[in-house]
This record gives sequence, C-alpha cells and structure tokens, in this order.
Amino acid sequence: MKPPPFEYHAPRDLGEALDVLAGAGARGKVLAGGQSLIPIMNMRLASPEHLVDINRLHELDTVEETAGGVRVGALARHSRVERLRAHPLLGQALRLVAHPVIRNRGTVVGSLVHADPAAELPAVLAVLDGSVRLATAGGTRDVAARDFFTGPLESAVQAGELAVSAYFPNTRPRSGTAFREVARRHGDYALAGVCAVVTLDEDLRVERARVACIGVGAVPVVVDVPCERRPAATVGWDEAVRAVREATDPEGDIHASAAYRRHLVGVLAEQALKEAARAAV
Amino acid sequence: MQPYEVTLVVNGTARRVRVPARRLLSDCLRHDLGLTGTHVGCEHGVCGCCTVLLDGEPVRSCLTFAVTVDGREITTVEGLAGEDGMSPVQRAFAECHGLQCGFCTPGFLCTVTALLRDNPAPTDEEVLEGVSGNLCRCTGYQNIVKSVHRAAELIAEEG
Repeated sequence: MKPPPFEYHAPRDLGEALDVLAGAGARGKVLAGGQSLIPIMNMRLASPEHLVDINRLHELDTVEETAGGVRVGALARHSRVERLRAHPLLGQALRLVAHPVIRNRGTVVGSLVHADPAAELPAVLAVLDGSVRLATAGGTRDVAARDFFTGPLESAVQAGELAVSAYFPNTRPRSGTAFREVARRHGDYALAGVCAVVTLDEDLRVERARVACIGVGAVPVVVDVPCERRPAATVGWDEAVRAVREATDPEGDIHASAAYRRHLVGVLAEQALKEAARAAV
Repeated sequence: MQPYEVTLVVNGTARRVRVPARRLLSDCLRHDLGLTGTHVGCEHGVCGCCTVLLDGEPVRSCLTFAVTVDGREITTVEGLAGEDGMSPVQRAFAECHGLQCGFCTPGFLCTVTALLRDNPAPTDEEVLEGVSGNLCRCTGYQNIVKSVHRAAELIAEEG
C-alpha cells in the first residue's frame, strides 16, 4: 500500500504550475488535498509519472463571496469553506463529505475534478448551474457543470489544464435547499443521495423545484421536477418522485441492488424536496 | 526521482530528512524519524490510526506526502504529553478505559486533542461526529466517548 514512484514538482506560483503542467501533458496529475488521489495511488490504481503539488500556491486558497455567488479557489479546503458558511447548500453538502479530519485536507475543487459519481459536491455544482474555471498558460475557460462531468471519475479537464476555481451561484430569493443521503457507514460514499433547491413565488407558492441525484448514474443526475403551483406545505411530491426515478439509471453492486437504489433515490428526493420547501418559506 | 531534503518541525524540534517524493508522512515519521507512536492501519484514509496534527489540525499522515508539508509543524502522539506527564486527554483515556489494545489510540488522542481545543464542551453528538473518522475494533466507542467528556472536564478544571 505504498504509492509508486513519480517525478515531483512543487511550483511556487500559478505561472510556474501551468508551465510544469504544460510540460507534463497527459503524464501529469495535480495534487491538491490528496484525500482521493493518494488512496488510489496507495492502491496502485493510479500511477502518474509527474505529480504537480499545488499546496504552495497560496494565491489559490481563496473563498470570494460576490453578489451572485461564491467562488472557491483550488486550494480552499473543505473545512474552511464549511466554517465560512458562504453558501447554504454547499455547507449542507460539506457536512456529508467523509469525516472532519479528511475535510481538513480535502479541497472543494479537488472533489469536483475527481468527479466521483457518488460524491456530494459535483451534485451541488450541477443543481446550482455552477461552473469550473480551467487555466493553461494561454488563458482560462469556464466550463458549466452540465459539461464538466463527463463520466465516472472523468471531467472536462484536459491534459495541461489546472482547475483554478469553482463558482457556486447563489439561489434565488425565497429558495430553500436540502441534502439527503443514505450511506452504509457515517462518512462513506452514499448508496444514493439527493440535493434539492425549491423556489417560491411572491405568494409563497412553489415556483420551481430541482434536484441533483448522486450514486444513481455516471454523473450527477439533474432533474427539474414537475410541481404544482401551490403553497409549499400542501404540495404533493408524488409526480416529482416518479420523474426522479425515471431519470436515474443506477447500477447494482455488492452494497445495494439497482432496484433498491432506484427506490431509495425517490424516497430521498421526496424528503429533500419537502425539507427544501419548508426552508424556503 | 532524486531524494528531497525536507525539514519537519516534529513535536517542537526541527528534523531534517532525505526522502523520496513518494514517502508518506506516516512512513517518514515511523521509519525515517523513529517515531513509531503514529500507527498505520489501512493506508487509505479509513481507519484514522495515523492521524497527526499538522499546524494543529488533525490530518491523515497516510494521505499526506512528507515533501508536501516541508517546513510545517507536526505533532504526533509522542508530543502530546507535557513536562508534568500525560496530557488531560491521555489521562482521561486511561481513567475511563478508552483503550484496550491501543492500536487506534494515537489517532484518537490527536483527533480529540484538536476537537477539545476547538470545542471545549462538546455534546455527545459533537463527540461522535468528531471521532467518526477513527475506528476502534476492540474497546467500542462507549468508553471513548466517556473519555472525551472526562478530558473536557480535566481541561476545564486545570485551566
């Protein structure tokens, strides 16, 4: 359980990091918190030739609250973002990410780039229509969440690119959010999970409701669920639950069958939508 | 793949080591520095035995490369006791039978030391959340939770 040898790079600033990454190309891998990368290296599931350690790039250890949302830099650790309470749904999700000690090292942007289909943060970015900023020495580009997650553990990050920040838009006024999941053990990846955003109109009737589901597809599954324009407390979510179950395509494994996951995601969607609707009032 | 010169401030003392980049902090502490109090269980971040304090914050030393933390301060279980003997957290674990075989104990002690510094009077729920990343396979968690509350009392009494 020791990682294979690699060529180590410890750039001191962003420019140097981008130069090193450009040189390493497809043989390079970025090391941020390492809470996913180092385990898979220890298990020899990954053996990057060049490891580009960005832990000295303090310029990326940022959390900026703007009028429209929160921009989280690539070196901002889970625990810090959680403490700042910068975004309600991000906070709800971060409390479900592994354990406090892991969150002291793991980074928000790292979780997004790792793109585990059962991870919480990709779902948050997806349900909010957020984006990830990717940089090369030649410039930057913003990739919307819907284009960013391309498959299990696969993202739109190209060889030589560094994900420098992620943008989580604020929810609209009169919105509530919730995150529900079921895991075998506290802190494990969830069997299934749902985050929900419910927005009310000026008369406090449900205007729109949206969920992103984890553990039930190759990427976070976003569903704009059908909802009746009625006061939040009187809305029945049966149709929403049906829509979520139809939209998801879970796989079975030793932890849970596909049928169980599909059942579970509906139950969690109903719970998350109800909680988000209550929070919106 | 040349070795790297790394300086770690371990338990208050600057230590210089030459390690390959792939050296895990856990192995650096144990093999290169001879500090075998930090235990290694799963080596993929699940068991929590290897937890040490990095600039005061608990982290998994098996999920950290020594080269990444060059120049930083590390506290291991060997650094928890003061000149007057065991720390309040260590005494509480002994008093409340918070350990049996002791394999997981260094990780618990480091985690709980930071937990009580940040939250001097945690609720049961906060204790459980705080130690949720540390596995114990023999004592069970009842006495560990008791130990954490007892340690909080000792720290409060002793100022």
